[in-house]
Amino acid sequence: MITKRIIPCLDVKNGRVVKGTNFEGLRDMADPVEMARYYNAAGADELVFYDITASAEGRTLFTDILTRVAREIFIPLTVGGGINTLEDFDRVLKCGADKVSVNSGAIRNPGLIPAAAQKYGDQCVVLSTDVKRVDGRFMVFAKGGRENTGMDALDWIEQGVKNGAGELVINSIDTDGVKDGFDLELLDAVAARVSVPIIASGGAGKKEDFAELFRHKGMDAGLAASIFHTRQVEIRPLKEYLRSCGIEMRL
Amino acid sequence: MIAIIDYGVGNLFSLTSSLACLGLESRVTGRPEEIEAADRIILPGVGAFGDAMEKLEETGLVPFIRSQAEKKPLLGICLGMQLLFEKSCEYGEHKGLGFVKGEIASLAEDLPDKTLKVPHIGWNALRIRRQDPLFRYIRDGEYAYYVHSFYGKNCAESTLADSEYGLPVTGVVRSGLVWGTQFHPEKSGDTGLRILKAFGEL
Repeated sequence: MITKRIIPCLDVKNGRVVKGTNFEGLRDMADPVEMARYYNAAGADELVFYDITASAEGRTLFTDILTRVAREIFIPLTVGGGINTLEDFDRVLKCGADKVSVNSGAIRNPGLIPAAAQKYGDQCVVLSTDVKRVDGRFMVFAKGGRENTGMDALDWIEQGVKNGAGELVINSIDTDGVKDGFDLELLDAVAARVSVPIIASGGAGKKEDFAELFRHKGMDAGLAASIFHTRQVEIRPLKEYLRSCGIEMRL
Repeated sequence: MIAIIDYGVGNLFSLTSSLACLGLESRVTGRPEEIEAADRIILPGVGAFGDAMEKLEETGLVPFIRSQAEKKPLLGICLGMQLLFEKSCEYGEHKGLGFVKGEIASLAEDLPDKTLKVPHIGWNALRIRRQDPLFRYIRDGEYAYYVHSFYGKNCAESTLADSEYGLPVTGVVRSGLVWGTQFHPEKSGDTGLRILKAFGEL
């Protein structure tokens, strides 16, 4: 059967990997090409690159880094950040991305997901959603988690899948950086509504958190950043541990 | 030199990078003289069967590829593998190249367990059903990366390997000098590179 996936996420700003807590307090961590090489060798199942640069110069630098990473990493590569148009899809796919993650771009332009799915196939379109509880309801947040869009997250996600998103990254703002486990309540609610692969993001702090995640039905992958970057949790021992828990892992 | 057939389908970045990393020279081309000069051929592809087959027909290369495949190894990857079959039922019935006996069918319709997700996306273990020079550098049980919603069936006589996903999903086929992989060797880490290395030595 298909394995569960462990996915390190690299947030890249001005050509360097950074990672904050609750989306704030970014600090410089490392060179993305070096890190991609490290994760490839360590047995990561996939890599996600988010371009959190705002400037055009930063974007050119990112494109250059992406090409360098894609040339030597032969596992699936998902790229997100600043994807607003089909031209943006084209730009990152040409640099070696396999899947493209859309977030704010899909909120601003509801036609983006259907158009991209039509052109590149559902499997290429990943809908990434930042979710936060407001008065007990799951709401979609935009602008890196700073702005409440007023949209119900479960409805938004379900509609995104209907429009052609082939995979979901569900990022809980409430648990992001807290390192006390994934937001299982949110993830279960999403899994009850859709049948595409779900990549859980936000909250992993230790290897047991991944085991708990994969005990929940409908969870396909666990994504994390800082705990992998700091080697607080190492990929290979994590996968060995999960396999010992009876979870299918590629080793 | 490996000729990668250019018919306007798919992203060839990873494939050309993988071959380069292995020291295998390749060229993305639609020119018969270059394909003729190559010592092996790769037929790539992503997207829908009917559309891809139409684009391939439009190049006018089909009869030429057919004659070339009798002389040198050809590898179809993902949709490129599916095109090797006799026909597909993806959005209506479409005729394929017919190198491999069998058909391309919908995974969603055939899966007995409807809770399994389609597309079949991710890493799955290869069960080697028949030893082959293509597997020279891999062992049974190694993982390959799949992304697809349709699969090859009724092709037991050509199947070299499969992967379990509620049913045996055809992973690798062969007929004469024509091979095909449903998974993406260029996205399957070290395992995939070793399969491409073996292809380069066939």
